[in-house]
Amino acid sequence: MLMVATGNKAVAAAVKDAKPSVVAAYPITPQSEVVEKIAEYVVSGEMQARYIPVESEHSAMTACIGASVTGVRTFTATSSHGLLYMHEMLHWAAGARLPIVMANINRSLGPGWNVWAEHTDAYSQRDSGWLQFFVADVQEAYDTTLMAFRIAENTGILLPVMVNLDGFLLSHIIQSLDTVDPGDYLPPMELPHAIDTANPAGYGTLTGPQDHFRFRWEIERAMRNAPAVIREAEDEFFKRFGRKYGPTDEYLCEDADVLILSLGTLGREAEVSVDILRKEGIKAGSMRVRWFRPFPELNFGDRELVVIDRGYSFGFGGVLADSIRSRYHDASIYSVIAGLGGQEVTYDDIAGFVRDRKMGEEFWFGVDA
Amino acid sequence: MSEIPKEEYIEKCTTACAGCTSSLALRYVLKAAGPDTVLVVPACCTSILQGAYPKTAFSVPVYNIAFAAAAACASGMSEAFLSMGKKTNVIVYAGDGGTVDIGIQALSGALERGTDFLYICYDNEAYGNTGMQRSGATPAGARTTTTPGGKTDAKKDLDRIIAAHNIPYQATATPAYPKDLYEKVKTALATPGPSFLHILIPCPPGWRISSDMSVTVGKMAVKTGSFVLWERKYGELTISSPSKTAMKRRAPLRDYLSVQGRFKGISDKAVNELEQAIEKNITQLTKEEAGEC
Repeated sequence: MLMVATGNKAVAAAVKDAKPSVVAAYPITPQSEVVEKIAEYVVSGEMQARYIPVESEHSAMTACIGASVTGVRTFTATSSHGLLYMHEMLHWAAGARLPIVMANINRSLGPGWNVWAEHTDAYSQRDSGWLQFFVADVQEAYDTTLMAFRIAENTGILLPVMVNLDGFLLSHIIQSLDTVDPGDYLPPMELPHAIDTANPAGYGTLTGPQDHFRFRWEIERAMRNAPAVIREAEDEFFKRFGRKYGPTDEYLCEDADVLILSLGTLGREAEVSVDILRKEGIKAGSMRVRWFRPFPELNFGDRELVVIDRGYSFGFGGVLADSIRSRYHDASIYSVIAGLGGQEVTYDDIAGFVRDRKMGEEFWFGVDA
Repeated sequence: MSEIPKEEYIEKCTTACAGCTSSLALRYVLKAAGPDTVLVVPACCTSILQGAYPKTAFSVPVYNIAFAAAAACASGMSEAFLSMGKKTNVIVYAGDGGTVDIGIQALSGALERGTDFLYICYDNEAYGNTGMQRSGATPAGARTTTTPGGKTDAKKDLDRIIAAHNIPYQATATPAYPKDLYEKVKTALATPGPSFLHILIPCPPGWRISSDMSVTVGKMAVKTGSFVLWERKYGELTISSPSKTAMKRRAPLRDYLSVQGRFKGISDKAVNELEQAIEKNITQLTKEEAGEC
């Protein structure tokens, strides 16, 4: 069905179409619209889910854990401090192998209070065992949220999935949206280790050094299975609904000499920058990374890379830049830190990063000259 | 009075300490609840005494969850069972630390939302699992590993905090009076919406009592009025018969304190404060039962 929607409403619509049994959530700017819309769907009867208006994000994630382990589909959404308040339970959800889906509306962390876009919240959860996707437009927010349920619930994965949207820049932007009827694209959830009183077991009991590492390895094994499962989910989505997705979203990369790598909405800006640069005779391309965990195999040969991070690992470097550097030791990278706390980054700015690139160096936009 | 069933849901050879009254309490809780029950357990003694992976000493499913999270987990679980049309009992079995301290936010939220579950706080008045550090439920004057000179603050009044949520059913119990405990669990589970049970758990290593004394000390807590047994159904309070009897002629508080090593060297001032707190509590409960407040 064709309509217009914000990124937040697109996520809510995808959740409605995925038919979860339980949604537990706590509102936070700029995510609130997601959970408000879902609450409306539940009250109007458009959604049959049990909606639990919890008292905190820690409880939102925990309630999803409690529900998910009974074998039902669950969803929550959060942002920024809410995500960090969940941190403990994010590890629990992954460790307990529960296919919870969550939208995270990327926002910076205080102090000072800043409600605008930044990827530090998601970056700081990268080692929690969650799959993470970054999306760039309203349609992709909807499509990825639907796909997230299928990927999370695949019995070769059984890990929670986080769909990341830039705060305001996507959460509150209105664009056209085409919703679908997922039908058997989303089969009923089957959790092999669902709680069953007819077959009692201990869940999360004391686990000694001789066993604990095996469970950690199984999380990693699922992560290694994930690329094939995600590709299958994306290919099937394309086959059924006509929209194509992959580990990266590439624009004029084939013949490019320099690639702009980024996450989220910066990737859309970068495409306009590419057009500008090409007119100037600079053969640029944009490679927007959609999968953050598992981190995808990237194919950029020996081309120059301008990597833009909307977040930072203090005392070390831009997180996306470092992820690439650690996988591809010989990569020639110009690391740009830009857009923190909603700092405006236009396509002209990005074209400037490419024009003025100093390979091997790091550039803080608005700080460094 | 119904007979306590013979079925056992806690197998032999748990890793509980000798004389553990929490295990005893849980034994009666599960007898009352029956097999269609899921226990939600945060970090506490119970997360240890059920045994280590891949074994379990309990024959109902036990979902272990992080310290602050038990009530929220039960909320999600209860709603999920409702969505499936199942009547499975969801029972949180949490220590005093996970209830009065770190878990109180989630507990308050779950009670306020009317979650259909039974939350049990088994209260041994300290962080027993980690070696007897003080909790908000530790009484004034008690020595713990973090209050080596005796706790200077009073025990947090958990029951009145819970009462402020106006839930359908709330009660106190101790396994020293098993039939009373059993009946209260039965009533709690038969009452729709949230129920809360506060169980006093004399703890041999924590209270510095010999393991064969734990049930006796539980009786002394009731006989001295230190722990009053009562239940409140839809706001109507009834003091339970063991406490009714005890109130007619209360045993001296010193008898209860002197058998416990944790109160060794307690000051007269601290004893006096404990006496006053007991008096105040009993007066309030008696008035409430009489409909005077």
